[in-house]
Amino acid sequence: MLWACLRFPRLALDAVRDEDASPALKPMAVIDGPQQRRHVVLADDRARGAGVRPGQPLTAAQALCPALSTKARDPGAERQAIDSIAAWAYRFSADVSIAGPDAILLEVGASLTLFGGLAALLRRLRFEIAAFGFDFSLAAAATATAAHVLAAQADGIAIAHAGPLASALGAVPLASSGLDDDAIAALRGMGFRKLRDLFRLPRAELARRVGPDALDHLDRMRGFAAETLVRYRPADRFERKLEFASGIESQAALAFALQRLVRELATFLVARDGGVERFTLVLGHERGATTRIDVGLLAPQRDAASLLELTRARLERIELVAPVHALTLRAKDLPPLCPLHADLFETGRREALDWPALAERLRARLGDSALRGLRCVADHRPGRAWRFAPMNETQLSREAPSIACASAPRETRSCDPIAFEKPGVEVHAQSRPFWLLERLIRLRTTPARLIAGPERIESGWWDDRDNSRDYYVIETHLGQRGWAFVPAGDANGWMLQGWFA
Amino acid sequence: MFTSTSEAVAAALDPSDFAQAPPLARKPARSPREEAALAEVLRHPGIWRRGTAARATVDAQPTGLAELDTRLPGGGWPRGALCEILIEHDGIGECSLLLPALAALTQAKQRVVFVAPPYIPYPPALAAAGIDLSYVVHIDANAADTHWTAEQCLRAGCCGAVLSWMPTTDYQKLRRLQLAAETGAAIGFMFRPLAAAKETSPAALRVQVSMAQGLPKIDILKCRGKSGETTQAVRLRA
Repeated sequence: MLWACLRFPRLALDAVRDEDASPALKPMAVIDGPQQRRHVVLADDRARGAGVRPGQPLTAAQALCPALSTKARDPGAERQAIDSIAAWAYRFSADVSIAGPDAILLEVGASLTLFGGLAALLRRLRFEIAAFGFDFSLAAAATATAAHVLAAQADGIAIAHAGPLASALGAVPLASSGLDDDAIAALRGMGFRKLRDLFRLPRAELARRVGPDALDHLDRMRGFAAETLVRYRPADRFERKLEFASGIESQAALAFALQRLVRELATFLVARDGGVERFTLVLGHERGATTRIDVGLLAPQRDAASLLELTRARLERIELVAPVHALTLRAKDLPPLCPLHADLFETGRREALDWPALAERLRARLGDSALRGLRCVADHRPGRAWRFAPMNETQLSREAPSIACASAPRETRSCDPIAFEKPGVEVHAQSRPFWLLERLIRLRTTPARLIAGPERIESGWWDDRDNSRDYYVIETHLGQRGWAFVPAGDANGWMLQGWFA
Repeated sequence: MFTSTSEAVAAALDPSDFAQAPPLARKPARSPREEAALAEVLRHPGIWRRGTAARATVDAQPTGLAELDTRLPGGGWPRGALCEILIEHDGIGECSLLLPALAALTQAKQRVVFVAPPYIPYPPALAAAGIDLSYVVHIDANAADTHWTAEQCLRAGCCGAVLSWMPTTDYQKLRRLQLAAETGAAIGFMFRPLAAAKETSPAALRVQVSMAQGLPKIDILKCRGKSGETTQAVRLRA
């Protein structure tokens, strides 16, 4: 096992830094605590130069450095940042774990061959993490705890072997040993300064002085005890939100923020080994107003550059109605990515989907009830002779098979035609229109021609929907054939119920 | 070499070649060497020769109307292509025109998808026409999603025919649908208003259904893979 640890000592600061503003020239600090007793959590270099220290009350910090600009700490943003870094790290190792609020651990021992050795891998980690724009320190060691401790100590320590590791750990001061504060204070009181001093103590003695938890920590650090880490699992949907302190009004500034979101999305997709086919960009304005931009792709994609280009094109097409205060990117539908050429001799169609997959995709976008089947129902009333059927319905339902029901005997009988110029024509038993109108249309004039009819349909005495109608196949002046009825025995009140399209 | 190639291409595209007879037999003046060079050039995949190759390769679904079948290359609705049906009004037989083909498709266990139809395709009528309703899918989609839905269904390769109604569309969108139909080897029936006949369209087949002297007729406006005769009216209803 070989663990790499990435620590982000200034995460609290980096996470709340404005994306839109150019690198701040003013000294900055992140503050936290109740309204009355605000204190500094973290200060940047300029503020520190002026004497601002973590833990200082805000008033004291402002007295030391009047130009200090402050931001409230945002644990949500920090968590989100760590999550996206973990998602990125997932491409280097299957064994990624989030260690505390500001560090991630990844097991790189199994990935060395793939990435060309430890040095090359660490170089690559370093290079890629720089794109996130966070201050970081990187260390690698044989145990996760040791890597975590060494990363807190200094950036760039990589020790693959047990011998040098013990001496490197020995040089770590107690303050950055990862022990809890009480233990550190007690040990300092006893005159210990570095881990080396602790390692020299007999085990029983050490246990008596620091307690079992701290002893366990020291054992894990040196590989004497097994480590338990919670393995990071990539999320199955992507949602990131960037908030801006001041409203953004220009497309260019928005494109900058968008770039960061899309890059994170692409990272996420690579880690998931998936692609994105459809995602939503939500621009948040003041007072909860939003502008929604849906981006749909032809086929799943995950290339950051093309995604960005595409999204930016969509963004540029819309007009910003109001300053944008937040930008959210949401992607729920993450289908597996089909590589362009999986097989040199592949002859099948790449996008060939089977029906369930297609139906799922359609339902995902159009809603669960958008896809329906059609069934005949054994009823004589035209409006009730059919129904929609859910897609998952099996064919062997209780009612008669669809084809059979069409030829089922109908309760129809010829009746005396009403006095039109053309007498009734024999009705074909199956003359049913292709289109059924969901809402009946009242015909303003009598039909130009009666093609067939009447066919009296009289049914439904049992459920208060009693119908008694004479149906005719009619032709309008435009030559359209329709299916219309008049109340039984009546000559007026033509209602159109279908088109013989 | 370059000049001779372009000459050969020019010769190959000579309008007289578009006739039905084997084009190379028409000009006996070419020497065997020229013939060989020409054949070599014509083998280029970028050259499509109207009236020769296309005819044999059209895979089609018979329409069920013998008169119409004889006028369509392949003898039916071309598979893997878009077929536009331009109609003046609803209810002049434009859908019944498809019923035999749809019935044959569903009986061959291929799905027929109605994407956002304007009314309800009446199941008793479909069943009476021999359509197996278990292979009919009705999709509700709003105007914004219609293209996407139709494209997905065409592209997927698991639908036999996709029927869609698009009052407004443009060349780009139709082109996408045509490509999707090619990919998925599905028949894309697209109902559009008659006014769209004036616009260009990438569809392989465009037919117009209209009323003439009180009877509906079908005009073939465009038909890929068919040379010579263009507008041909077929009477739809007795």
